[in-house]
Amino acid sequence: MRTKRWLALGLLTVTLLLVSCSKDIPQNTMNPAGPTAQTEKNLLVLVLWPAAAVFLIVEGGILLISIKYRHRKGRDRMPAQLHGHTRLEIGWTIAPAIVLAVIMVPTVSTIWQLARQPADAMHVTVQGYQWWWGFQYTDPDMQVGYGDHDPILTADVMVIPVGRTVDLALTSLGGGARTTTGVPDHEVIHSFWAPRLFGKQDVVPGETNHIVFSADTPGVYWGQCAEFCGLQHGRMKFRIRALDEADWQAWVAREKTPATAPTDPLAKQGMDLFLGTGGVGGQCIQCHSIGGTDATGTAAPNLTHFAAATHECFAGCDFETTDTAALRAWLTDPNAVKMGAKMPDYGLTQDQISALMAYLYSLK
Amino acid sequence: MSTAASVPAPRGIIRRPSATTGWLSWFTTIDHKKIGLLYGMSAFVFFIIGGSEALLIRAQLAKPDNTLLNADQYNQIFTMHGLTMIFLFVMPMSAAFFNYLIPLMIGARDVAFPRLNAFSYWVFLFGGLFLYSSWFLGGAPNGGWFGYPPNSTTDPSIGMTFYALGLIITGIASSAGAINLAVTVVNMRAPGMTLFRMPVFVWMGLVVQFLLAFSLPIVTVALFEMLFDRRWQTHFFDPTAGGKPLLWQNLFWLFAHPEVYILILPAFGIISEILPVFSRKPLFGYQFVVFSGIAIGFIGFGVWAHHMFAVGLGPTANTAFGITTAIIAVPTGIKIFNWMGTMYGGDLHFDTPMLMAVGAVAMFVIGGLSGVTHAVVPSDYQQTDTYYVVAHFHYVLFGGAVFGLFGGMYYWWPKIFARQLSERLGKVQFWIMLVGFNLTFGPMHILGLEGMIRREYTYPAALGLTFWNQVSSVGAYLIALSTLVFIVNAVKTQRKPKGLANEDPWDARTLEWTTSCPPPVYNFEEIPVVHSLDEFWHRKYVEDKEGRLVRVPAGASDHAAADGHGAGHAIHLPSPSFWPLVASIGLPMIAYGVLYSWWLVGAGALIAIVGFMGWAMEPSVAD
Repeated sequence: MRTKRWLALGLLTVTLLLVSCSKDIPQNTMNPAGPTAQTEKNLLVLVLWPAAAVFLIVEGGILLISIKYRHRKGRDRMPAQLHGHTRLEIGWTIAPAIVLAVIMVPTVSTIWQLARQPADAMHVTVQGYQWWWGFQYTDPDMQVGYGDHDPILTADVMVIPVGRTVDLALTSLGGGARTTTGVPDHEVIHSFWAPRLFGKQDVVPGETNHIVFSADTPGVYWGQCAEFCGLQHGRMKFRIRALDEADWQAWVAREKTPATAPTDPLAKQGMDLFLGTGGVGGQCIQCHSIGGTDATGTAAPNLTHFAAATHECFAGCDFETTDTAALRAWLTDPNAVKMGAKMPDYGLTQDQISALMAYLYSLK
Repeated sequence: MSTAASVPAPRGIIRRPSATTGWLSWFTTIDHKKIGLLYGMSAFVFFIIGGSEALLIRAQLAKPDNTLLNADQYNQIFTMHGLTMIFLFVMPMSAAFFNYLIPLMIGARDVAFPRLNAFSYWVFLFGGLFLYSSWFLGGAPNGGWFGYPPNSTTDPSIGMTFYALGLIITGIASSAGAINLAVTVVNMRAPGMTLFRMPVFVWMGLVVQFLLAFSLPIVTVALFEMLFDRRWQTHFFDPTAGGKPLLWQNLFWLFAHPEVYILILPAFGIISEILPVFSRKPLFGYQFVVFSGIAIGFIGFGVWAHHMFAVGLGPTANTAFGITTAIIAVPTGIKIFNWMGTMYGGDLHFDTPMLMAVGAVAMFVIGGLSGVTHAVVPSDYQQTDTYYVVAHFHYVLFGGAVFGLFGGMYYWWPKIFARQLSERLGKVQFWIMLVGFNLTFGPMHILGLEGMIRREYTYPAALGLTFWNQVSSVGAYLIALSTLVFIVNAVKTQRKPKGLANEDPWDARTLEWTTSCPPPVYNFEEIPVVHSLDEFWHRKYVEDKEGRLVRVPAGASDHAAADGHGAGHAIHLPSPSFWPLVASIGLPMIAYGVLYSWWLVGAGALIAIVGFMGWAMEPSVAD
């Protein structure tokens, strides 16, 4: 009997170890990489101890009673007819209540602690679209150095400086994404979640929720939409890249610059196709924007620095930016690789796609 | 005593059917036992369908980047799996037990409103068929059973309109049934059957009916608003026109959290009947079990926003609902401890009903503990909308409710069919189901903590989630195997000749076992007079001088059931009726009309009105 209990405890420990120690699980909540996720994990672990105790008492009790009092053949025994025991009842009403009350103390204080928005935080507005994420850097020192000096805008990858507290404002309709008929098309509920950095908050149309977090070490942290938002909910991913101070400054400086026009003839041809300056094409700019050009669409990702090393994935972080085959497939027919994707199939020829790809890869 | 003279002469336009046997009688029956069987069989068919959908889900998730199902198919299947298991399996299966057993347990001849009972069943069935017809009419609901707008209201496929209409229809069925059963329990108890002599199963039934009666109107309002948003472009949930998406969430969960208790309390009732019988001891702390059930019913209305901790209600609301969620663990714990107290010191007979009941308690505890971690709000920010939650509620609703319902089937099968399910196959089923269940849903705790979100139709290999998903998929097919064992058991059993060597095979405690197996149409020759809790037990046993129980010699009890009367003639029972069926056909027709044509709405309304008129006008008995 005792061995069984130790076995159960051992199994539980092994499970917890499996969960917390595996390094190649990029969305592991038990492997936090910032203070917000750490706080949330600590609270769970705190509750797991009394939960494990109750588990052992109740399951062990059921098992013990089942074995000890099981009916044995040939022994016709009528048990004592116990109807109840008031003191016991009061005991097992009050004892769990006390345990729960104790658990709720750190819970409530943490709720309020996580809701605090420090004044010195960096501000990023998160925009949920179907099915990708946009990030707008709204602090005054984060405006681009051209055009109307709009805030820096990225898609799929949010870049942050290590150790700096970030205050995210979550909005479902950020850049005014509208279909051609002017009806908001993308406005559904999402939920923003990077498990190793912070627990999720929903992105609710008409409301603005906040997440406050920071990353302890440089690196890439995965996340994805956690609230069902239609067909491609499962493939609405993003990454957060935390850079050390020098890399961060370099990133900001580059983001502030417009795209440079390519010199390579194929890429030049792609640019003309993209912007419609060569007499053909031009559909791209209805939705996409590229800094320093006529492309100012707001319904789809900003591609100004599409090929920068920090922009490592595209189309809801479904594909690695360096994966040329994926980009070609996407441009050939977005719906074939991601059913329901809002980007239409423009019937581009493979030559046109090669030109567009050359242009996109020139946008460092 | 009553003579023909005291019964008013039957009046009516159309003659009432009178046959109570033959296949046609199933369409006109108003006998609570037959309706209970109809509920049970329909619910079981939906269980097989919903289970098949679960198998498709697990097949799709068995490997990363799987293309077995595409996003569209997957979203429809997981939505229909949830809707089916909740509204078309667990709820009607519970209704089956309530219908069949409550009148027998309280010593009544039928429910208070027998025709309304038939109406409830047919409306439920047509509501379910209506929902499933969407597969053939442009696509099933695809926005999840929770149907959050604006996604659900702006989705271009027709599925979520079927969702709104279908749930309104099944809601009508549940509301009518709830009123009916509540009135039955309050008004139809046998002499001496005071409230605190009622079996706990009847108590839990009463609580469930009140939960239904008070929670269904809330979701009905929300469903009509969704229907109006989708069909007639109103803006209840449209943020671009001043509507509030969160309005839906509040209304929905204010229904859907009590709904969780609507799903689990019937199983709690069944467990509370089975444990004493197979422990040969009375239920430990009867009043505490009853009052904790009532407390769960009340507090269940005050915890809905724990489904919404991440929607940004603010720290005040999150604190309040975190605390209420922790509080509801207390009455639930009381039940668990009392069940353990019932088993303690007993003479435990591990027949299949007992295995299922103990299994249900053991599995429910795990779901209850993971539920407590949801009350820890900041930790829930991580777990909500992940597979951790999927694991949690399957431990509660499969581990608790489905194990409990199977236990009830094994326990009452002899009562209902006068045949006993094979114990050997029953035990085989139990152990396969227990192992399969834990393999399926245990790893989901880990998957959730490792960052696997709910409702995603596929996941990349890079997330490192493949292994536990494979384990879970294997488990799901073991559950399917255990269900197959049950079906084989049921078919083999029903092929055997009818008749039990012992009409009280479990040495049971409650009134339903005082009548024959299966009970006659009028249930009891004479309405029993009740003197105590566990009436039947006390007719069989008395305590001797040392406080030990000894069996009462046959015929020696001062309140043993009198026999020797004729076979129940002169017992007045209402006759069958086909009007409930007619009236209920009108409802799905109206719903199709809302989708396709106003003419159909008119025709459906006409049929419903004709049905209700016929119902009102028909004679009280067939002549």
